[in-house]
Amino acid sequence: MSSITKRAEQQSAKLLQGTLDMLILRTLLFGAAHGHQIGKHIQKTTNDFLQMQHGSLYPALHRLEKRGWVVSKWETAPDRNREFKYYRLTEKGRKQLVVEESQWKQMIAAVARVMGAAVEES
Amino acid sequence: MKGWPLGKKDADLERELRADLDLEEEEQRERGLSQQDAHDAARRAFGNPTLIREQTRAVWAWNRLESLTRDLRYGVRTLGRSPGFTLIAIVVMALGIGANVALFTVVHSVLLKPLPYRNPGRLALLYEADNSQRHASPWLPVDAGSFWDWQRSTQSLAQMAMLSPFQGYNVSAEGGKLPEVVEAAWCTNNFLSLLGVQPMLGRAFTADDDRPGAPATAIITAGFWKRRYASDPAIAGKTIWLDAKPYTIIGVLPPTFVYSGAFGGNADQVWTPVSHEAPAWLLKTYGDHEFQVVARLAPGVSLTTLASRLVALQRQIKAAHPDPAVHPGVIARSILDDAVHNYKTPLYALLAATGCVLLIACMNVAGLLVARAAARSKEFAIRTALGGGRMRLIRERLIESLLLSVAGGALGLLLAWGSLQWLMHARTDMNRVEAIRFDLVAAAFTVGVIVLCALFSGLISALSSGRGSVLAGLQESGRSSSSGRSRALLRRGLLTLEVALTVVLLSGAGLLLRSFERLRSSDLGVPTRNVLTLRLGLPDARYGLDTQKVAFFERLIESVRALPGVSAAGLVSAAPGEGWNGDNLMSIVEHPPLPKGQGLDFMLRGADPGYFAAIGLPILQGRTFQQNERLDRANVVLISRGAAQLFFPGENPIGQHVREINGSGVWQVIGVVGDVRWNIAQPPNPTLYWPIYGNGYSFATIVVRAPHDVESLAVPIQKAVAQLDPDLPVSSVMTLREAIGKSTIDSAFDSVLVVAFAIIALILAAAGLYGVLAYLAEQRRVEFGIRLALGAQRNALLSLLLFDGLKPALLGLLIGLPASAALVRLIQSMLYQTQPFDPLVFGAVAGLLLFVAIAACLAPAWSAARLDPIKALRTE
Repeated sequence: MSSITKRAEQQSAKLLQGTLDMLILRTLLFGAAHGHQIGKHIQKTTNDFLQMQHGSLYPALHRLEKRGWVVSKWETAPDRNREFKYYRLTEKGRKQLVVEESQWKQMIAAVARVMGAAVEES
Repeated sequence: MKGWPLGKKDADLERELRADLDLEEEEQRERGLSQQDAHDAARRAFGNPTLIREQTRAVWAWNRLESLTRDLRYGVRTLGRSPGFTLIAIVVMALGIGANVALFTVVHSVLLKPLPYRNPGRLALLYEADNSQRHASPWLPVDAGSFWDWQRSTQSLAQMAMLSPFQGYNVSAEGGKLPEVVEAAWCTNNFLSLLGVQPMLGRAFTADDDRPGAPATAIITAGFWKRRYASDPAIAGKTIWLDAKPYTIIGVLPPTFVYSGAFGGNADQVWTPVSHEAPAWLLKTYGDHEFQVVARLAPGVSLTTLASRLVALQRQIKAAHPDPAVHPGVIARSILDDAVHNYKTPLYALLAATGCVLLIACMNVAGLLVARAAARSKEFAIRTALGGGRMRLIRERLIESLLLSVAGGALGLLLAWGSLQWLMHARTDMNRVEAIRFDLVAAAFTVGVIVLCALFSGLISALSSGRGSVLAGLQESGRSSSSGRSRALLRRGLLTLEVALTVVLLSGAGLLLRSFERLRSSDLGVPTRNVLTLRLGLPDARYGLDTQKVAFFERLIESVRALPGVSAAGLVSAAPGEGWNGDNLMSIVEHPPLPKGQGLDFMLRGADPGYFAAIGLPILQGRTFQQNERLDRANVVLISRGAAQLFFPGENPIGQHVREINGSGVWQVIGVVGDVRWNIAQPPNPTLYWPIYGNGYSFATIVVRAPHDVESLAVPIQKAVAQLDPDLPVSSVMTLREAIGKSTIDSAFDSVLVVAFAIIALILAAAGLYGVLAYLAEQRRVEFGIRLALGAQRNALLSLLLFDGLKPALLGLLIGLPASAALVRLIQSMLYQTQPFDPLVFGAVAGLLLFVAIAACLAPAWSAARLDPIKALRTE
């Protein structure tokens, strides 16, 4: 019993993680950004639907960097006179975004088909 | 987060989080919040920074390594918390691993590593064989006559060389150096090239050196060159005086060269060409066997092919020479087999014994870990309940046992190194002891053993701890009136095996000890206390005539007898226990003639008139020699009691005559003396003593008896010899007891080691028994408390627990005794006058084991039975 629950949790965590990675990559498509900006942007564009804590971004960012999909650099922000760690999409990251996007679309379509059928049935 | 060796990357993460958090706070303030509210809001939006840091860190590449180091640190800390347990476990492992590494290194270096010759797999040793049972070993030396025939008729099958590795020379004092006796070998000129060995200085022998009239030449070993000539690079061409004759040193052998044959040779320091050295008759005869034959098989020829050809050939030789001294058969073995044949069984037996010790050590450590796991079951249950993964717990246990076995292995390596050093100094008599090296294979073996030990002991304890459910673990530790039994069952299973192995080891040790004891106490035939022996040989160059030799011997023994402290002295060609030293086939003149091809085999000894009194050999009948029975009047003999009984059954041998089968000499029997052994491990042979003054003896052993401190006479006697001839070296100076000790060193070595291993095993098994019973008693404290409170008898409790604790010992004994009865047969060849199934030994083993088991179980059983019920119940 407990092991089944655990496995389900792990799977959903994986799904969410993948989605977060994709959102970050998508955000960086507009140009370099630091962690705070990325968080704000995702929050804003989802109309505050994804009320995530900014902190959960950092493990994801470091994971993406380790995989070579983004690179980071300390740069001075134009509006604040301080340095922030800016992340930038790499060529590899761009390709990965395409892959993830298509997977995501397939998934949406699949879910939509199921849900659509369910709606028709009810 | 102090103390983590994360450095730059961590600082970078810290800075990033700080910058972004500050920004968030600034933005909140810009939205009009107060300082404090902005701070709190930013924290809320951000989340738990510690968690973020840890999750981020988990992403980093070396995280796996980091968690390993964390586990290692954790393991070290846990082990450090119970130093007693840790120390015991490490020492136990060290003993097991050290003994195994040492023995494996020896087995690998001595028994398995190829000999340092070119293509040694193609080399073989050829021996003659006899179908009679009178020889101690079936591998008989070869006569030169047969060798030349073999060499001639098998040229297409193999190259052959002949050598005699048990020769010796007196090296004269020259250039301020002392005279000395060196062990030496004669060889045919192709011997070195056949082995594929090149002298490192100078040249090898040529056919021109290896003929009777050639200028005398010698090749010396690197060790001798270094020691006696201080590594003189211009040694080739210099002169060495061997037996008072000049020889030209033509070469120096490389330091790696050593010849380790079954008949010795690993101490040979001088090599000379055989055809130049050996007397002409010896080089032609088929009846005197003084040689070994080395063959290099031609490509594609197997040893069996060569052997079967030689067997046929030898049958023809025997047919052509029906002399009883000619051997009818041929046997062959590889050169490695020849070198290490005598060590194979003992070394493998010792390796098996150390294997048992290691297995026992592992089981003991596993048992200890299981006990610890039981003691920590609550901790594990809580950790599992809090989400600790099972794999993680198992990994922790494995790391713990890995730490133990690595530490044990390190200590064991030290032990192994020490024991190997000791072995190489203590057993220079052993063939190939110089080849012992701790090499890559041994290192790999060590690592393998360490890992195996860790896995074995770790997995047993890990699996045992993982079995029960979390709930049960928590409940059990909460209320423990009857519990922990399943773990005890596992430990008892281990213990049963441990006891069984210990029984096997003890039986082997008991048998070897008994055999050694028999060997030590076997009667040489003469009293051995306070007898000193010294050996010397007279070179023909200075003592060519028999009269010269006899005159020297007489002056020598007179001056020895005149020394203060000497109560008796005598001369003999070989003292009791000093070796075979020659035999001859005889017939008895007064008896009907023997069938052709037969003879009575007498061992031969030359003795002076005072020898029998000096050595303490009783004259049972007749008399000893008279002073004038010497040289051409030396035609009288004394025979041993065995010879009298065997060859003169029911007759009085006195006055009868013996005649050589191959010769014309006739001797009259004038006395009968007691039997002595030529080798402490062999029964006495029928022996014939004739006067050493005459009969061509050029070597002798001086036998000296003193009332006390006979060793202190060695120097005065050597001085007396030097006064007579300053060039004459004296060798083999030792007491009779030392000589016996030297010849029983194999047996002593094997039995002492196996006994040591058996004692270790016994201690480990006893510790295991004690541990399990103490644990069980502790687990059942409350139960016993209740029982006692309800009126149970303390004695009944005691016997209950005692029997409980003894069960594994009894079961182990039941398994171990038949197992050892089956296994000890493998060491039969190591036993002297001891049957593999010796009821006394087996009885003693069973008794000792039970005694130790009871002793080990008594303490915990006793303290449990003395329990105060009130206290026991209060601990709940």
